[in-house]
Amino acid sequence: MSAAGAALEAAGAAAGAEAQASGEVQEPPAPALDAGAGYKMTAEGVSVLYSGKEAVRNVTMGFKERSVTALIGPSGCGKTTFLRCLNRMHDMTPGAVVTGRITLDGVDLYSRDVDPIYHRRKVGMVFQKPNPFPTMSVYDNVVAGLRLNGVRDRRALDEIAEDSLRMAFLWDEVSDSLSKPAVELSGGQQQRLCIARALAIQPEVLLMDEPASALDPIATQKIEEAIVDLKRELAVIIVTHNMQQAVRISDYTGFMYMGDLIEFRDTRKLFTDPRHRLTEQYVKGTFG
Amino acid sequence: MAVIALMVYELAMGSAPALAEYGLDFVVGTDWNAVEGRESFGVLPYLVGTLITAALAMAIGVPLSIGIAMFITDSPARIGRPLGFVVELLAAVPSVIYGLWGLYVFRGLFVEWVERPLHDALGADIWLFSAAPFGLDVLTASTVLAIMIVPTVSSVSREVMAAVPQQQREAAFMLGATRWEMFRLAIFPHSRTGLAGAAILGLGRAVGETMAVTMLIGNAKGASAIPSSLFSPSQTMSSIIANEFVEASPASLHLPALIGVGLVLLATAVSINIVAHLLVRRMRVPGGGA
Amino acid sequence: MDTARRRARYRALFRQNVPRRLAVDRVMRGVVLACVIVAIVPLGSILAEVIANGAQAISIEFLTAAPGAVGSGEGGVGPAIQGTLVIVGLTCLLGVPVGIMAGIYLAEYGRGRLAGAVRFFTDVFMEFPSIVMGIFAFFVVVLVLGHFSAWAGAFALSLIMFPIIARTTEESMRLVQHTYREAGMALGLKKWAVTVRIVMAAARGGLVTGILLSVSRVAGETAPLIMTILGSSQFFGGFGGPVDALPLRIWRLSLLPYDSAQLYGWGSALVLITMILVVNVCVRYALMGGRASPLGMLARRRAGARP
Repeated sequence: MSAAGAALEAAGAAAGAEAQASGEVQEPPAPALDAGAGYKMTAEGVSVLYSGKEAVRNVTMGFKERSVTALIGPSGCGKTTFLRCLNRMHDMTPGAVVTGRITLDGVDLYSRDVDPIYHRRKVGMVFQKPNPFPTMSVYDNVVAGLRLNGVRDRRALDEIAEDSLRMAFLWDEVSDSLSKPAVELSGGQQQRLCIARALAIQPEVLLMDEPASALDPIATQKIEEAIVDLKRELAVIIVTHNMQQAVRISDYTGFMYMGDLIEFRDTRKLFTDPRHRLTEQYVKGTFG
Repeated sequence: MAVIALMVYELAMGSAPALAEYGLDFVVGTDWNAVEGRESFGVLPYLVGTLITAALAMAIGVPLSIGIAMFITDSPARIGRPLGFVVELLAAVPSVIYGLWGLYVFRGLFVEWVERPLHDALGADIWLFSAAPFGLDVLTASTVLAIMIVPTVSSVSREVMAAVPQQQREAAFMLGATRWEMFRLAIFPHSRTGLAGAAILGLGRAVGETMAVTMLIGNAKGASAIPSSLFSPSQTMSSIIANEFVEASPASLHLPALIGVGLVLLATAVSINIVAHLLVRRMRVPGGGA
Repeated sequence: MDTARRRARYRALFRQNVPRRLAVDRVMRGVVLACVIVAIVPLGSILAEVIANGAQAISIEFLTAAPGAVGSGEGGVGPAIQGTLVIVGLTCLLGVPVGIMAGIYLAEYGRGRLAGAVRFFTDVFMEFPSIVMGIFAFFVVVLVLGHFSAWAGAFALSLIMFPIIARTTEESMRLVQHTYREAGMALGLKKWAVTVRIVMAAARGGLVTGILLSVSRVAGETAPLIMTILGSSQFFGGFGGPVDALPLRIWRLSLLPYDSAQLYGWGSALVLITMILVVNVCVRYALMGGRASPLGMLARRRAGARP
């Protein structure tokens, strides 16, 4: 991974230099939001400064309900950084400054008078590494967010827990070991547990940061199935470095490169008929 | 190891005359009289005094320390780091200086602002606050002791909390937790073993601490050293040794008795440690404990 | 859209409790801040009082002269300062080599059961109340030699110093990367040569830090000195006789009812605290460069923290 990644990075740098020379990266096509599209969530001109360095530059994207949007690009292109903005996860990173406008149902996420907690109820997130609470049981992990939201009724908790675990394709595997410590599950199961935990708070948008990067093919497949299924309910935004994965599961794909959103289109079109040379090089694997 | 064995042996030999004379009464006895001809030595009051002051110091100091650790964990580095540095420096202040400060500065303020109001308001109803406050008492000594264990306990707690992976915090925030809920969901469960360990280090220091306690506890003797309220004077095992060791005549049973106190002190400290370490080990088993 | 309806029903179960939770959060933040203030105020007060009161006592005479008649307010604490320096020096002489040897053993050779036992006992030893060390020294030195002496005090303090140095040495030697050792071995050096020339050199900063911090710790110890050096109002008269030390002098002064004694106590405290804090601050800034102290690491490991 690291060697290949470094090679890709080097190739990317070369391509970047070339592109810069031809003046393409300086003026990335910033697709304006379609006013009538009825987006669930939008990002307009979002930039992230990370201790003075610009990690994400002027990104504009819209995310529709009941769709999967994939963000692809070489490592370090800012896709994870951008994803974290959508949940105000940068609030706790010292030295990170987010500018631009992000809305959820038309409400500004970064407006000063709304605590991020309100938004985080609507926006779930699954991280790159599975991070269940290690001292809690499987069940307690799933209902942790519900308990925060004041749900006390045992029957309701049981029902939602089962529902969430089913949606995450984990129920059949853990239904008789709900009181087991979460850390005793396998890596793939832990990741699906994290998905179930995020789903239990009934989010309207689910952010996923390379949720399958550390998993074996079978676990990956299960997670992908879960994502496709989730699309019927909510907007999923997934960061991945695996292009096949993006093709398999997403409706829209954004390609990011060195902090810029280079191209953002319908997935099929982006992969078969890329408009931008960098995108073409990247999706065809002939970077540089 | 040899040194430890030798140490226990010497303490045992040194205290043998007293132990032989009083037997089990030495441990459970409450009299303490060094006057020749009427000698009588029992450790129990001092054992009680040690346990009570240490427990009170823990009750005050540990929550305080964890609060400080939370504050530092929750602050940006430019506030947290200097604060942590200051707190750690305070661990270096010698105990005799805490004692000096306790005696000349803290005692007066504490009697006036805490003990007397408590006594006036509750003294008649609750025995804990019944004795007339004088400042050289259990509560004063325990409070100063609590201040002394704060640097140790809080710096270890802070280290332990800082060791909780960032992903755990993010998991809690993702669920919409407030900062306090993040501590409850992610940090406390993850660091509870370490926090218990930090408390034990504090307990070790509180039990063995001599000088500040000696200077503040009022140095009661014999049965009267079993405190009747928070505002009564008492005596700990280490303070009776510090107070009487030099004046004790090696020819009488006084010196062996003091050495016997040392032996009991050592046994107490070591057994508290062993019990505590076992507790920590049990908590570390996954799924064991809350 | 059965699922959608289900999810809407679930969502309806959620309480609108965010304002309350945010309020709880604010209260807890206040509590935590209060903890900091409650702890910092006494600590600040200690430093302020020691400096303010101590400064009034400090003079050339105070620093160099022997104490005058009790309660007279004359003389100084010269013998105590001198005694503290002498005893700490002696303690280092006894404690540092043994502590470092033990640390080297634990770090480089300490794999088996014996090493485990040694490590366990050094840990237990660290928890021994310091006054017990004093009693022990009273037995093996004072009673054997027949009089209170600087040696006895140094012996007691070195017992306190020894486990600290042993474990900080071990910790800092363990931090030395294995490649250093392998490089030494590859050069054909004997194991002891690798240990002494390479590992010790690389761990030097940690060793010095451990030594200085343990020095500042024992310099403030009082309890074990009561039954070993006894205290004295004379200047140093040989290792075999009673000597004075600052912490001991502070305690003795605190037992006296005179204002002058109180003043002298503050003065001595200022001298002592200056010595100790200077060592500490220097160590932290110069040697550790903001890294965690070996003592801190040790405490953490012993507290059972996961790495």
